Amino acid sequence: MTPLLEIRGLTKAYPGVVANDDVSFSIAPGEVHALLGENGAGKSTLVKMIYGLVRPDAGAMTLGGGPYTPAEPRAARASGVAMVFQHFSLFEALSVAENIALGMETPPKPRDLAQRIHHVSRAYGLPLDPDRMVGDLSAGERQRVEIIRCLLQNPKLLIMDEPTSVLTPQEVEILFHTLRKLSAEGTAILYISHKLEEIRTLCDAATILRLGKVVATCTPREVSAAQMAEMMVGKSLSQPARGATEPGEVLLHVSGLSLEPASPFGTPLRHIGLEVRAGEVLGIGGVAGNGQDELLAALSGERRVEPGMIELRGERIGDTGPEARRKRGLLCAPEERLGHAAAPDMSLTENAVLTGRTRRGLDRSGFVGWGRARAFAEEIIARFDVRTPGPGVAARALSGGNLQKYVIGREILQDPDVLIVNQPTWGVDASAAAAIRQALLDLAQNGAAVVVISQDLDELLEVSDRFCALNEGRLSAPRPARGLSMEEIGLMLGGAHDMHEAQLRAATEAAQ
Amino acid sequence: MLIDPVTLVVALIIASTPVLLAAIGELVVEKTGVLNLGVEGMMIVGAVTGFIVAVETGSVTLAYLAGMAGGMVLSALFAILTQVLLSNQVATGLALTLFGIGLAALLGVGYPGSTPPRVPDIFPQALQDIPIAGPILFGHSAMIYLAVMLVATVWYVLQHTRTGLILRAVGESHDAAHALGYKVIRIRILAILFGGACAGLGGAFLSVARVQNWIEGMTVGAGWIALALVVFASWKPWRVLFGAYLFGGISALQLRLQAAEVNVPVALLDSSPYVVTIIVLVLISSDRARAALNAPASLGKVFHASG
Repeated sequence: MTPLLEIRGLTKAYPGVVANDDVSFSIAPGEVHALLGENGAGKSTLVKMIYGLVRPDAGAMTLGGGPYTPAEPRAARASGVAMVFQHFSLFEALSVAENIALGMETPPKPRDLAQRIHHVSRAYGLPLDPDRMVGDLSAGERQRVEIIRCLLQNPKLLIMDEPTSVLTPQEVEILFHTLRKLSAEGTAILYISHKLEEIRTLCDAATILRLGKVVATCTPREVSAAQMAEMMVGKSLSQPARGATEPGEVLLHVSGLSLEPASPFGTPLRHIGLEVRAGEVLGIGGVAGNGQDELLAALSGERRVEPGMIELRGERIGDTGPEARRKRGLLCAPEERLGHAAAPDMSLTENAVLTGRTRRGLDRSGFVGWGRARAFAEEIIARFDVRTPGPGVAARALSGGNLQKYVIGREILQDPDVLIVNQPTWGVDASAAAAIRQALLDLAQNGAAVVVISQDLDELLEVSDRFCALNEGRLSAPRPARGLSMEEIGLMLGGAHDMHEAQLRAATEAAQ
Repeated sequence: MLIDPVTLVVALIIASTPVLLAAIGELVVEKTGVLNLGVEGMMIVGAVTGFIVAVETGSVTLAYLAGMAGGMVLSALFAILTQVLLSNQVATGLALTLFGIGLAALLGVGYPGSTPPRVPDIFPQALQDIPIAGPILFGHSAMIYLAVMLVATVWYVLQHTRTGLILRAVGESHDAAHALGYKVIRIRILAILFGGACAGLGGAFLSVARVQNWIEGMTVGAGWIALALVVFASWKPWRVLFGAYLFGGISALQLRLQAAEVNVPVALLDSSPYVVTIIVLVLISSDRARAALNAPASLGKVFHASG
């Protein structure tokens, strides 16, 4: 069959880095093609060139036999290329229909559009109400908005960038069902993901990028996930190791924690109760937007609650601020690296002072001891293998993985009794992620209580002793993590969420 | 009765129109996510350029066009600084106000006391003679009606057209709009120019039609009231109209209270529109979630197109 999209020798360089170096591959109509690679391997740049957001320096593309040089996304869409973004390109304060209209070249009248949304969303098993405000939708529903926006344009090629990172296992099933249906109808799909098992179940072919170059191609069904991981990273990865420890005394006790959200689209916390013991890792799973940010804010002290709702070693600390909690041994590393965990334009040394000043004695009577602060920053850099020219560099200049190692390391080296981390390895490449997980396990091994909030279920199963799910601001009862299956976790996450059960079952059966 | 309600209403409509024009322009600017604090400066430059052209040419229409041009030139400066050179919007806007006030004073030397042409009423005398409704509905010059039509147009465009949807989308999330291929910077520059033209027109109406004289610093905070009005109206055009008439009413009323020698300190009456503005702002922003919901989410944030 003649390929739908063919890419030959595509090259794009940015100052100091070649993002894509002589990349070639092709996709046939109806083919589901995986693009694999670590962060920084050049996947995003490549799809941005296909979608017309970035222009290549060299190389050529053909679409359906003719030359294809999209100058802007509009041109790409007109040629039949549609894209579902990793970070949703949606407008929270606008309705579903308005969001969809914005992504179309010539949208029909509002009433006709609403009808077409109903029609297409039902045909593909993705129910949606066109009049709802996007800010009120769950992550899975938001993704449906994006997908339907693409489908309404009858694309020949659909690009999906990390589509499953925010979905529950059941929602992933429904998505795959939709994608298979599209593929059977002749739509080609370019699928970007880190999740190798997913690629093995869904994709017909895979192109693997490393440092901007195509290093391998394979048929995912015929190779193992471990083999693909090796091709991606270029070396084999070690699983985090842990010794067996008996949990000690209860360090953190939370009961009846309720909190109204600070922002209009936030989630209220409802009667959350949890208990973490010394030497234990508690994993909290859940799809983004189910109260993770609010829970972290309440535990860190950014939002104050009733004193008795949070107890540290029996001491009521619910109404104390972050600094008082740090002094007592409760430290946090929030999800957003730039702007929450670290001040982007301040140096690594200054960022070290921001949370480390009390426990590491970095200031005295209001004066910062810069010598000690720099020594602390250098210690973090050395112990956690942060790749940076030195502690004077601005936090913004570090790559995501390196900055994440730095902010987690900064908290771990303060020797916490309780450490709470939100999305510790989000957007971090595989080897840095393994290092961070190992550090968290080591910390627990040494007698600290660790709470890991994450959307990455594989990660949670790897590090946690007990697992519980956060769904619409409610926390499920914890269960031992060992032996927990994905289906059980999906049900704990409230998997079906906003779906009718029958629909869900139908979609799951059809997918099998 | 010391205060005649009919003349009070007539006075409040005239008093509120400069603020109304400036505020509806600023509303569009803020809807696209740009905060231009230079409204006061653009208004006063519009006031002086409009007045000069009115005196020199004797044409009210040309005067209004000149006022719009004056405001636009200043806003173009703001657009280049904030959208092309990515300077901080708050600092640039404040600087624009200071610059505008100084520039207007320089341009206006020699003009105080000049007489501009009379601004004609558009309805015949017979209609204006109808009791009560006559002076209120038909006793004004064209700009009063144009201002109300402008509010209606802005409302319609923002709410019911694709152009309006794109404007709102850019203000809601410039990154998402960029990813979909909309020209964020071009859209914002056009909105800023529109805002400048409206502010300049408001200034020209003030000097040419309402005061009929040029006095240095004659806008006395009208631009700031316009800015407050946009927040007060929670970025909704019809509420801008309501708010403008409310504030216009307060200032018209306080003049009449002073004239009627009501026993209240003059300074307190003079400051009443500003005090009321602050009270209203506190009241409407007390519900944080609601205030945040109405505000364009990207308001005042610098957009840098990457990759």
